[in-house]
Amino acid sequence: MEIDPLIFRLSIFILSIFVGYYVVWSVTPSLHTPLMSVTNAISSVIIVGAIIAGLSGNSDSIFNTSSIFGFLAIALAAINIFGGFLVTQRMLAMYKKKKKDK
Amino acid sequence: MISANLSAIFYLISGVLFILALRGLSSPETSRQGNLFGILGMIIAITVTFLSIGNFSTGFIFVLLFILIGGSIGAFIAYRIPMTAMPELVAGFHSLVGLAAVFVAISAFLNPEAFNLGIRGNIKLGSLIEMSIGAAVGAITFSGSIIAFLKLQGIMSGSPIVFKGQHPLNAVILISIVILIYLLCASQSSNLFWILLAVSFLIGFLLIIPIGGADMPVVISMLNSYSGWAAAGIGFTLENTALIITGALVGSSGAILSYIMCKGMNRSFFNVILGGFGATDDSSGSIKKEQRPVKSGNADDAAFLMKNASSVIIVPGYGMAVAQAQHALREMVDTLKKNDIKVSYAIHPVAGRMPGHMNVLLAEANVPYDEVFELEEINNDFANADVAFVIGANDVTNPVAKTDPQSPIYGMPVLDVEKCKSVLFVKRSLSPGYAGIDNDLFYKENTLMLFADAKKMTEDITKNL
Repeated sequence: MEIDPLIFRLSIFILSIFVGYYVVWSVTPSLHTPLMSVTNAISSVIIVGAIIAGLSGNSDSIFNTSSIFGFLAIALAAINIFGGFLVTQRMLAMYKKKKKDK
Repeated sequence: MISANLSAIFYLISGVLFILALRGLSSPETSRQGNLFGILGMIIAITVTFLSIGNFSTGFIFVLLFILIGGSIGAFIAYRIPMTAMPELVAGFHSLVGLAAVFVAISAFLNPEAFNLGIRGNIKLGSLIEMSIGAAVGAITFSGSIIAFLKLQGIMSGSPIVFKGQHPLNAVILISIVILIYLLCASQSSNLFWILLAVSFLIGFLLIIPIGGADMPVVISMLNSYSGWAAAGIGFTLENTALIITGALVGSSGAILSYIMCKGMNRSFFNVILGGFGATDDSSGSIKKEQRPVKSGNADDAAFLMKNASSVIIVPGYGMAVAQAQHALREMVDTLKKNDIKVSYAIHPVAGRMPGHMNVLLAEANVPYDEVFELEEINNDFANADVAFVIGANDVTNPVAKTDPQSPIYGMPVLDVEKCKSVLFVKRSLSPGYAGIDNDLFYKENTLMLFADAKKMTEDITKNL
């Protein structure tokens, strides 16, 4: 009997939870705010679903109810992707070590 | 057009890049590189999606247009936002992820053919379950984050909103969500789908309104986690590895942060979620406690104390963020350092309104991160320090957490500020902190209260040094 592909996806999901668990515990507490903004940015990879939805209309009508929701989701996710990565970059650029003077 | 197998491999690669992005955050040196990995992963995911659809007609132009619109808004916000507003920003961004998940789910429900999920009115059972869970969690994330955003922004009162029968009501609604998902899967009725969304929006709203301002670190982390689970739910629907991996990463990341925040307050997760902390029993609080004497001083006294110290520990809290005092504080510390006084910063895990809030503000004011310490690292040093300078923190320094089992904050890890030879406490008034309890530290022999705005006081001290 063949294994349902769902089981494979479930395996990836469960293993990723464990990877996330160990990776996040190793994040230094002083970077917890950038951690939140970057997880925000990467969870907007949901844009791939939005793009599929946006392009779901046929060539005669690009816009139907379904694709309009897709386009809106694209815009929302794009705000997050650009906003999230850029604000993380901006924050991380501020973390500096003590200058070794004297 | 590329094959499904090839695109699956690319999605896997982008998932791995996202793992590396989080891994980079283990130290500030590697973090910037980590962020680049994240950006690369995103570019790969989006490009592969275009290639696998292979439809570069007019629709494609519109996709680019919407990415451009959203991207410009996002970039504009990212550059303009002041660092003190970071909690609001993150809450706002969470709401967008939630809403995007809801929109994608709606789109997939209305047009399942485009996603290969069967036909309308007869969607594959597994996909429908995944879709409705993703949509429900997304809706909760959206409305919850909106409330968190309004509270953090100060548009809505930060105090908990509680009413009779709140918990039973929430419980009924949560159960009804499960029943709705079951009925939806049995009947495929679109009416039930809309009702499910409406009810989920409602519960997100109801879950967050009873939670007060100082519990926001837990709430933001929790919503962070939810946004991940919503993404994972959609990822299962779309059979997309990148989305599943990311959802799991973000979900567990948010869950760990909530755990760390709860531990920092010595409260259970449920205790925070059930809310109402600090608003309870106003009656007992209104019994006038006897007025105890406090010593108060001015900038001159504070400067004198610090000038004669050899080591000073700074304890920042939310009040520093409110007064935007981080730059003034760093200038004061620069002056102290010129006088060969050793200065370090002590950060409590729940200081501020989100995890790591204080660290970002200090970094913004050019404080080197190797002068900033976490609670466990620095707590033993208070006994050897001459002056503790508490600016905008309160409950996290209250010794009552160690001594009085009756106190609502008993057992919460606190900074041992009272062990310092002298304590300078910058505060606007003697009013109790968020937990609604008096801070014993105010009345200690070695405490000098400095009643003023944090920023102004810090500037005045610098002038007197």
